[in-house]
Amino acid sequence: MRQIAIYGKGGIGKSTTMQNTVAALTELGKHILVVGCDPKADSTRLLLHGLAQKTVLDTLREEGEDVELDIIIKEGFGGVRCVESGGPEPGVGCAGRGIITAINLLESLGAYTEDLDFIFYDVLGDVVCGGFAMPIREGKAREIYIVASGEMMALYAANNICKGIKKFASGGARLGGIICNSRKVNNELELLTAFAGKLGSQLVQFIPRDNVVQRAEINKKTVIDYDPREKQAEVYRDLANNILGNEKFVVPNPLQEEELESLLMEFGLVGV
Amino acid sequence: MLEATPKEIIPRKALRINPAKTCQPIGAMYAALGIHRCLPHSHGSQGCASYHRMHLTRHFRDPVMASTSSFTEGASVFGGSSNLRQAIKNIFHIYNPDVVAIHTTCLSETIGDDVPSIIRSAQELIPEGKHVIHANTPSYVGSHITGFANMTVGMVRCLAKKNNADISCRINIIPGFVEPGDIREIKRLVRLLEIPGNIFPDTSDVLDSPMTGRLNFYPEGGARVETIEASGSAEATVSLGSFSSLPAALELNVRYGVEVVSLKVPIGIEATDRFVMRLLALSGRKTPPVELAKERGRLVDLMTDTCYQYQGKRVALFGDPDLVIPMTEFLLSLGMQPVYCLTGTPGRKFVEEIKRICDRRVPDLRVEAGADLFLLHQWIKNEKVDLIIGNTYGKYISKAEGIPLVRYGFPILDRIAYPYFPNVGYGGAMRLLEKISTALLDKQDAEASDEQFELVM
Repeated sequence: MRQIAIYGKGGIGKSTTMQNTVAALTELGKHILVVGCDPKADSTRLLLHGLAQKTVLDTLREEGEDVELDIIIKEGFGGVRCVESGGPEPGVGCAGRGIITAINLLESLGAYTEDLDFIFYDVLGDVVCGGFAMPIREGKAREIYIVASGEMMALYAANNICKGIKKFASGGARLGGIICNSRKVNNELELLTAFAGKLGSQLVQFIPRDNVVQRAEINKKTVIDYDPREKQAEVYRDLANNILGNEKFVVPNPLQEEELESLLMEFGLVGV
Repeated sequence: MLEATPKEIIPRKALRINPAKTCQPIGAMYAALGIHRCLPHSHGSQGCASYHRMHLTRHFRDPVMASTSSFTEGASVFGGSSNLRQAIKNIFHIYNPDVVAIHTTCLSETIGDDVPSIIRSAQELIPEGKHVIHANTPSYVGSHITGFANMTVGMVRCLAKKNNADISCRINIIPGFVEPGDIREIKRLVRLLEIPGNIFPDTSDVLDSPMTGRLNFYPEGGARVETIEASGSAEATVSLGSFSSLPAALELNVRYGVEVVSLKVPIGIEATDRFVMRLLALSGRKTPPVELAKERGRLVDLMTDTCYQYQGKRVALFGDPDLVIPMTEFLLSLGMQPVYCLTGTPGRKFVEEIKRICDRRVPDLRVEAGADLFLLHQWIKNEKVDLIIGNTYGKYISKAEGIPLVRYGFPILDRIAYPYFPNVGYGGAMRLLEKISTALLDKQDAEASDEQFELVM
């Protein structure tokens, strides 16, 4: 069983990328559990064809500590088992603790069954506090992929996340690579390849911008579900295959701020 | 004092009044004290450690040592990693225990400190041959019983090994959240049954250590580290109490394939019978030792001689699930009516088990888990009972309603010697019976008119 955590700046397309990749993996006959670790509970929307999910934390709040597994796990596209940890409304409570509680509960209820090939954790934004690092603690996700783009803030965030991964390296957490979700920034591929290289890692996939993703999303579907013949579906299949065959897992070397900025200067200003 | 408690019961969700439980770390601390030369360490602010130590000290009337990570505002913002590293260094330097047992608190849990990673990164601070074990114990989950169970699981995770060369340990016994006197009695029973068994955690001779005139920071008692290490190679684990002990037994089963024998804490005649017979089966002997048979005979004799004193009496019983469950069974053996059974520890299993035990024998049964003493008082106001059985916190209801209280469970803060004398075994059952009868007869005496005041009862 491989446990994989997806991190990246808010709004970068983590959930979309992860769900499309998961859809591609189901085509290969893989058994997958997706754990959404975002209070917005939208990590499994495309797999479930809508926000049909009752979150773990809502269930906990309403039913008390005796929660049944089948209330919180829903089966989605391609037999993927979907869980949303959920969390507080904006401005109150502690979302980080929510993730800890939800994952502990899933473990104690026996959600991590032997037949699973993959568990994906989709984690909101940065590793802002201890709770957001829960999926990469010892015995949990050892593979981490960061979704980024050529935009400066996305790279800042990715670099910051690498600092978090380094901290958890003693427990076995490793960076599997960077996924570029393109924003059509100049020299994006080169920039991301260089960035990943400086971290000691690799660019696992470049995902070009394609409006079909948007169209599929409006229809509450992954691209593979919406139209498996689309060119973009092929990109996600490639990503799925790259993750399947990935053997390069490293403790990343986060860049110093000056290093990161000079990287941006070098690539970002070419061809302007 | 509690005259204002209303009779009408309104469903409550977000309010507990006079809870029937306490913090997870208290249980974790108590379990950790059951390891020889172990210093419990509270990973949180100082107030947690002070309160938990104080609560245990008030019950056992013995000093309870524990250290703390002393969180300040800085630690809550930046995480408790550097505090814990410094603590590990200082503890081994100054107090030199063999084991440091770290439990978390609400604050460190909410921050999300990953204690095992911190310990791993602090390996160079742990002297050769010393151990640091840990458990996650947020107080907003479960109760002190959950904390006890979590720390016992932590012992298994961090210390137990599979070492086939060691055959001295045939069975593990996990006694649950019981008193040092109970553990001493369980050990005596195990010796009588001639079965090589190791017990952990073992707080006898730790929290009831004799006065010698010398201060001993680490008393003689407690399970040896080697004992816990050997638990992975035992044939079976006898876990007493499904709430406090079963999780560690299951952990030993999952990790090392050690068979799980899940029993109730041997309180009352039936639970003790099952304990004895099961251990007998494990030992391979056919008949129980004569001495035990005699003890049982004395208990049965006492029960039959005095049955008119307690039979049919209605009892309100509250406390920790692993103590309330066998007590319910014992009260039924006595022909009493345990009409109200309540625990503060959450868990549907408690409710199911009590209902299963009472079956149709207690028509007025009310049972609740994760509940409070306010509710118990309301039940009593609606339909009176003859006796309350529970910890010291029951004394307020007892006074308000004029119903005698038999002190039973944790904590007992207002009467002496409770931790020394066992409730478990046939002898323990006799002692409980004595207390129950005495409480009922004392009340009868106190309220009797001169004509009804009897010499012989």
